[in-house]
Amino acid sequence: MTAERPEAVDPPYDYPAYRSTVLRAPSRPLVPISGAIDDLTGPMFGDDRVQGGDDDLTAGHAGEPQGQRIIVHGQLLDGDGRPVPGALVEVWQANAGGRYLHDNDRHPSPLDPNFTGAGRCLTDGEGRYRFTTIKPGSYPWGNHDNAWRPAHIHFSVFGRAFTQRLVTQMYFPDDPLFDHDPIFNSIPDERVRQRLVSRFDLDATVPEWALGFSWDIVLRGGRATPVEEPPT
Amino acid sequence: MSGGRTPSQTVGPFFSIGMSWDAGPFVVPEGTDGAFWIRGAMSDGAGRPVPDGVVEIWQRGPDGRFPAIPGGFRGFGRSSTDERGGFEFHTVKPGAVDGAPYLDVAVFARGLLNHLFTRIYFADEQAANASDPVLAAIGDEAARRSLMAEPTRDGYRFDIRLQGEHETAFFAI
Repeated sequence: MTAERPEAVDPPYDYPAYRSTVLRAPSRPLVPISGAIDDLTGPMFGDDRVQGGDDDLTAGHAGEPQGQRIIVHGQLLDGDGRPVPGALVEVWQANAGGRYLHDNDRHPSPLDPNFTGAGRCLTDGEGRYRFTTIKPGSYPWGNHDNAWRPAHIHFSVFGRAFTQRLVTQMYFPDDPLFDHDPIFNSIPDERVRQRLVSRFDLDATVPEWALGFSWDIVLRGGRATPVEEPPT
Repeated sequence: MSGGRTPSQTVGPFFSIGMSWDAGPFVVPEGTDGAFWIRGAMSDGAGRPVPDGVVEIWQRGPDGRFPAIPGGFRGFGRSSTDERGGFEFHTVKPGAVDGAPYLDVAVFARGLLNHLFTRIYFADEQAANASDPVLAAIGDEAARRSLMAEPTRDGYRFDIRLQGEHETAFFAI
């Protein structure tokens, strides 16, 4: 028996095409306790975690990183469509050549001395976030023969309540690797999957400087009980 | 315009670039009255350590309240696992409201397409645990026991077993 999915929106825990799930997915059903959960709050962060400039991944080094400079921005909303202000958003990503600044990354593509690949910000009064970075490269990952990840930026987001916690990945439009990636395709519903794909945003593009991409993030319901989505 | 809830994806193997945080394991600073360590290890279905996981906790203060503003008691901790799957938090016991004291726990790792929710209860709070509505809703005794942190020399021990015999009870939220 495998663990139930929390909601149809999310991937299953047990998804053998993504090999790392095989020994890590819980084998027992999740215990339903939503009726007993009264934790309607979550951690609040300030300058203990975010400082000025943390939202610019191209800064803080001796020079400029290699790659296509981009703006990634969007709005953080709860399940009722309300903006979530003051929320911590953390991002991390590979460099333009698809290499992470991490000891365990063995992809034979060079590190960029001018790129670490980590950023943070708090959403503003309207729940908006904005990062300046470079477009990450695709990279091979050994899950199966000739496996490559579509380009993506990892996002970690806190909502108002700890039960709204979300860690996910943002992708870029028209990536030819989508059809071949089990992590992306672990989301069973094609339309739901598309929610992870950012939109090219000419309005966010800074002329002569950076391309813009827009991506909104919607958390599970923000009120007393998590909201199950009606089928669409 | 947004169309529906954003799905989860795995934290992957390289989250420490963006999520590691030196102060993360310290829910309270060293020297805080009544503070102790909760230490444990994360393991997989083969009983092997999970060296690339991250554990977060969220908790009430000793007064039974969740923190509501940044600064002061943070109520939040984050610990990456080490090569032996080990994680640790320096914290204080939360005040109990309508049941037993507990810590909310979120578990992330490569291979977890969604994070997992569970709770840490305290094995030395037997009377309070017996009155706790969430524990009461868990029928299986072994599953209840998997949520109990056991007293140690400098605090408590709480292991997270993602899969298999003695698997930790995880919650559908």
